[in-house]
Amino acid sequence: MGSVLWQLLRREWQLTWRRPGEVLNPLVFFAMVITLFPLAVGPEPALLQRMASGVIWVAALLATLLSLDGLFRSDFEDGSLEQWVLSPHPLTLLVLVKVLHHWLMCGVMLVLLTPVLGMMLALPWSVIPVLCATLLLGTAVLSLLGAIGAALTVGLKGGGSMLLALLILPLYIPVLILGTGAMDAALQGLPVQGYLLWLGCLAVLALSLAPLAIAAGLRIGVSE
Amino acid sequence: MSWTFFHKLGSPKWFYEISGKLMPWIAAFSLLALVVGSVWGLVFAPQDYQQGNSFRIIYIHVPAAILAQSCYMMLAVAGVVGLVWRMKLADVALQCAAPIGAWMTFVALITGSIWGKPTWGTYWEWDARLTSMLILLFLYFGIIALRMAISNRDTAAKATSVMAIVGVINIPIIKYSVDWWNTLHQPATFTITEKPAMPPEMWLPLLVMVLAFYGLFTLNLFMRMRLEILKREHKTRWVRDALENNS
Repeated sequence: MGSVLWQLLRREWQLTWRRPGEVLNPLVFFAMVITLFPLAVGPEPALLQRMASGVIWVAALLATLLSLDGLFRSDFEDGSLEQWVLSPHPLTLLVLVKVLHHWLMCGVMLVLLTPVLGMMLALPWSVIPVLCATLLLGTAVLSLLGAIGAALTVGLKGGGSMLLALLILPLYIPVLILGTGAMDAALQGLPVQGYLLWLGCLAVLALSLAPLAIAAGLRIGVSE
Repeated sequence: MSWTFFHKLGSPKWFYEISGKLMPWIAAFSLLALVVGSVWGLVFAPQDYQQGNSFRIIYIHVPAAILAQSCYMMLAVAGVVGLVWRMKLADVALQCAAPIGAWMTFVALITGSIWGKPTWGTYWEWDARLTSMLILLFLYFGIIALRMAISNRDTAAKATSVMAIVGVINIPIIKYSVDWWNTLHQPATFTITEKPAMPPEMWLPLLVMVLAFYGLFTLNLFMRMRLEILKREHKTRWVRDALENNS
């Protein structure tokens, strides 16, 4: 079992590096959306600092959402998804590996880019670690929840990215609230441990329940 | 215990007959409750000592809000029944209840914002309840959009069932996070529904109105479901017989 999962992860890894654009696009999108805000509201550092956590979180949320749209599509089109469904291994674990890989390629990469963007939005260095920690936990939840929507819209013709957003954005709200709440607390010098624990709770909950829903969604999509 | 009654519930023909017999009763009950509740609430209930007559919108707002939430629960229950027992009728119920739920949420939002004008001085306040209601409306839109996007009926039924269940697990999380966001960002404003001990003259008509709304909801749901069943089963003999007997 373990070796199957490992092989799957390696396959995903290789597929990604044959098309590096798929990793880069969400990152560029993330950076561009964040660049739009100083242009729209003006470059005063005090204003930017006040908005920074919200802007970064919303941009991360949208970047994750957009990158999720194609998560299962190529596997669906070339038939490997059917093989997953037919294979003797539990589909929930297989999709978990897929989502884990998505998180590594999207969430973790966003986190690596965040310190630079945070600095450009006039965030003090002292809160950057908090921002990265909340994003690291939060993007895991975003990937897991978003994969449910990606699974449910996998069989749709003509791209379901708008539908995916409609389905999934309301479910992202708690993560957004907790993530920006932690940043507000950090900026005021208050303890953030509670926020991180709550985000961790959400991550564990999503980790344990979302794969079931993703697998159910994929089964529905494949059976069509 | 015999399970035949349970499987009978899944038969469209049986539902069509029973609902046809029940509907006049439900209609009479909800009409009566609606008239009694609204006259009682709008005319005879005492004025609120703080809000005067403007509080009377509670007799529309609260029943709509209660129904909006319980309708989403119903969607999830129908989703579970549909996924576990493969009951076609559960899917019909889910599909027909979602637009009614969305309308109820919309009514609750509109009445809430109209109520907000005299109490808060503004039509929209980012109050925790109003915000959660808005998110609930988005959840309904998601389910309706998913249903409309998938052309195959069985696939659409299963997908919306899964989405309704995912949504219902998330609703408490969203609700508490929004409540908490609200306390974080603004001082607790004057909350409108939490009255310390509403006197019976005020809450009895409210109760009647809630029952009336449930009755109307059931009536509307039955009408939509019967239409949907006729559409789906239009090729079967019993539908032809039923329609011929009717005309």
